[in-house]
Amino acid sequence: MNEMTKIETTLKDWETDQEVRWCPGCGDYAILKAVQRTLPQLGADPSKTVFVSGIGCSSRFPYYVESYGFHTIHGRAPAFATGIKLANPELDVWLVTGDGDGMSIGGNHTMHILRRNLDCQILLFNNEIYGLTKGQYSPTSRQGTNSPSSPLGSVDRPASPCAFALGSGARFVARGFDVSKNLPDVLKAAHAHRGAAFIEIFQNCIVYNKDIFDDFAAAKGVEDQQLWLENGAPMLFAGGTKGIALDVANLALKVVDVVDGDWQSAGVIVHDVTNRAVAYMLVDLRVAPKFREFPMALGVIYDDPKPTFDSDVVAEREKSSAGRVADLGKLLAKGQTWTVEG
Amino acid sequence: MATVSAERATAEAHQGEDSPEAVVVRFAGDSGDGMQLTGGQFTLSTALAGNDLATFPDFPAEIRAPQGTLFGVSAFQINFGASEITTAGDAPDVLVAMNPAALKTNLGALKTGGLIIADTGEFNKRNLEKAKYAANPLEDGSLAKWDVLAFDISALTIESVKPFGLGNKEALRCKNMWTLGLALWMFDRDRQPIIDGINAKFAKKPEIAGANIAALNAGHAYGETAEISGPLHRVHVDPVPAKPGLYRTVTGAEAISLGLVAGAQLAGLKMFFGGYPITPASAILHNLVKVKEFGVTTFQAEDEIAAICAAIGASYAGQLGVTSSSGPGIALKGEAMGLAAMTELPLVIVNSQRGGPSTGLPTKTEQSDLYQAVYGRNGDTPMPVIAARSPSDSFYCAIEACRIAVQFMTPVILLTDGYIANAAEPWKVPDPASFEPFPVSFLEDKNGPDDTLLPYKRDARGVRPWIKPGTKDLMHRIGGIEKAIDTGNLDYSPDTHQAQTDARKGKIDGVAKAIPEQDVSLGTETGKLVLVGWGSTYGPIHQAVRRARKKGYDVSHVHVRHVWPLPSNLGQLLRGYDNVLVPEMNTGQFKTVLRDQFLIDAKPLNKVSGQPFAIAELEEAIAAYFDGVPGNEGGEIPVNDTQLPSPEAENK
Repeated sequence: MNEMTKIETTLKDWETDQEVRWCPGCGDYAILKAVQRTLPQLGADPSKTVFVSGIGCSSRFPYYVESYGFHTIHGRAPAFATGIKLANPELDVWLVTGDGDGMSIGGNHTMHILRRNLDCQILLFNNEIYGLTKGQYSPTSRQGTNSPSSPLGSVDRPASPCAFALGSGARFVARGFDVSKNLPDVLKAAHAHRGAAFIEIFQNCIVYNKDIFDDFAAAKGVEDQQLWLENGAPMLFAGGTKGIALDVANLALKVVDVVDGDWQSAGVIVHDVTNRAVAYMLVDLRVAPKFREFPMALGVIYDDPKPTFDSDVVAEREKSSAGRVADLGKLLAKGQTWTVEG
Repeated sequence: MATVSAERATAEAHQGEDSPEAVVVRFAGDSGDGMQLTGGQFTLSTALAGNDLATFPDFPAEIRAPQGTLFGVSAFQINFGASEITTAGDAPDVLVAMNPAALKTNLGALKTGGLIIADTGEFNKRNLEKAKYAANPLEDGSLAKWDVLAFDISALTIESVKPFGLGNKEALRCKNMWTLGLALWMFDRDRQPIIDGINAKFAKKPEIAGANIAALNAGHAYGETAEISGPLHRVHVDPVPAKPGLYRTVTGAEAISLGLVAGAQLAGLKMFFGGYPITPASAILHNLVKVKEFGVTTFQAEDEIAAICAAIGASYAGQLGVTSSSGPGIALKGEAMGLAAMTELPLVIVNSQRGGPSTGLPTKTEQSDLYQAVYGRNGDTPMPVIAARSPSDSFYCAIEACRIAVQFMTPVILLTDGYIANAAEPWKVPDPASFEPFPVSFLEDKNGPDDTLLPYKRDARGVRPWIKPGTKDLMHRIGGIEKAIDTGNLDYSPDTHQAQTDARKGKIDGVAKAIPEQDVSLGTETGKLVLVGWGSTYGPIHQAVRRARKKGYDVSHVHVRHVWPLPSNLGQLLRGYDNVLVPEMNTGQFKTVLRDQFLIDAKPLNKVSGQPFAIAELEEAIAAYFDGVPGNEGGEIPVNDTQLPSPEAENK
């Protein structure tokens, strides 16, 4: 997000008078609260903040945030956000999407907003299911997911949103989950990043895909399965008893035991958010079928800013107009002309 | 800039030269032969000579179709003359055929007695086979009903550019300039503007510029020295008496781009243009990237959907959002158009129609997206539709589209087609001060009782306020879900949907009160027959009606610009004629709209060959209403009852 004047607000200031219509117990409530808690801490101005969404449960989000909001059409939120930001680069644009909205029908737009690096925050709520349409398997559902459209288990292999984001050229990739106390910190880091900041938020759909992430994202008891990344710190988890080291022979990452906190001798690597090669390995750390051998990489996986699309477009427009006067009469009379005399 | 006197040319100055009212010339060659460039340059010199003109570029969909093939032929037709010209003309008087395939595909159109200029250098065995000629038509006598002038243009061109040391292949690229030089001589056109243009274009490659100019001069000299006898003779076409003022040539794509810039300026807005490459709409994007000093932002999106969605996003943020495409791309934009209608945001959608369905005829013209424009969305989604009738009319239609979009907070569709987009015509450059501005005002303060904001509070015309994000304390949410009256909060209750659907329809119906009443383009306000057109059929319909009226037929021409909503007096006007005929380049779409809206017996006249109507086709259709029998033309002369019983006679 670009520089802005900080405004004093409270969590209450970011709540609308609209009744929240998610299922009771839905992970979306926790994410909404985390966002509403974070916005005052950022000094965000409701008058200059825009939440843009597509279609799906997650995309109802703008109705509940007291800012400007645009609930658009399925999958296209990145395109609307692009028009909004290019028309007014002063606006702080947040994009809320889901695994169906952002990875399936809108996958193309997700790719292009990331490669262009439009300055905005993209929150992709991943619940591995189509909730609003009553529970069909989604592009992130694991193979074998039972659903109304896959009664014998889904056949498709799932997409990995963070790997997709990196592959699309994203300059900021992070992960969090709905009930995590660390989610506001991840949101803050995303907001501090100038350019497209992509955050995959694991979200529990308690009706159609209940507790699917419980192995690493339950409220309690699975902390050992979480690798919270911090720039400049060693990649430790399980209370510092385990770490991530480089498996040089296989050019991969491996889990090592750390004895008495001596992570150096265990070969644990230090997280460098600008290391793109390691980021590629981290996003796919915990994948089937061996996913339980590895923790889930969470927090800021990659953060290496590059000039943003909106600033480049403004610069290009200025360059193109430099020294030229907007004279409509002259424009109309351009090219080869002739005069008919009376 | 050149100066032309309307009175300049006199018959005395051109004794011994023909002076016809209008001449139609068609340049045809391989798609790599530069025929479009030749035609464009000839158009320019014709405009500078003070003739009125209309052009019709006709090129294949392939960028470089295989050489010498029938489907690789690219043609450019120009009709120019001493009277008002509104079409590219029916049958050419002169056909320039650069190879056998060009001759074969264009010969059918040539007037009997017309002139063929052919490059014998390309009429070799290989090219004749590719064009599926068993024998050389230049030699077998099959062209007897035309005048033929055949000489080795290829060799003459190579000879003329020798001093520049080009390779054979590059030298042959100058063939089009040689041909152009000959055409300039034939029609008494000035070479200098073309030479200036070549010098400017190849400023960094002086040897290429020199070679092209040498070829041009050689072609001209060839005509002038006239070492050959035969049909090659000089034709002078008198300039058309034009209104004094500054003129330029303009294509439809240029005029739309300029009109959009003017429209945004008149609204006091910056413009955001979202586009995706598609033939023949891309030219608008190419034009708008060059005028960013007017506050224009262009965005080449990842697809058609993103192009319109980004434009809607920009409109939401307070700019004038514009998107443009052709039929297939417009189909993709349908859902987003519905969102713009639902959220009630201004937007201009330009459709440069081409032959369909599906990919259809990408480079050919058609008017078959009228249903798509008027009806083609899910839900009850009314949307104003405007259709441009000519290249220069596109300018005024684009301004009109911008005006309606911002004044009624609605998406507006502007229909043009491949013919208008590519065709050029002279245009009297308008004075920007002559346009009425329509400045936009954004809501800055809360508009409801007790310090509340009502984003969907409608004014007397049913129009809601435009509220930009970034405005202090006017935070609100909009979206595609049905919304409560005034507040815009989510509300799908039965009464609300009924009321909002009615309100959206009422608003668009009300646009009819904000547009001019329908006039009669040519003829009278009542009569025996009226031809009702829309879009690019204007030229041929106008000429056909003009000619028919000269013969005494009681026929008029009504041309509709506001296709939706229709002008409020149109129904009554059309009921004043005994017969209503609707010529269209589709299977009868506007005819259906007229029948539906006015319960009148509108009859279709349809053509979907990818080519514009010929004047003669329309004249024939008109004559059919009068049986072609003298004394049966209507008007002053009483109807011949024995041939065509009157309704009264029937009722006896």
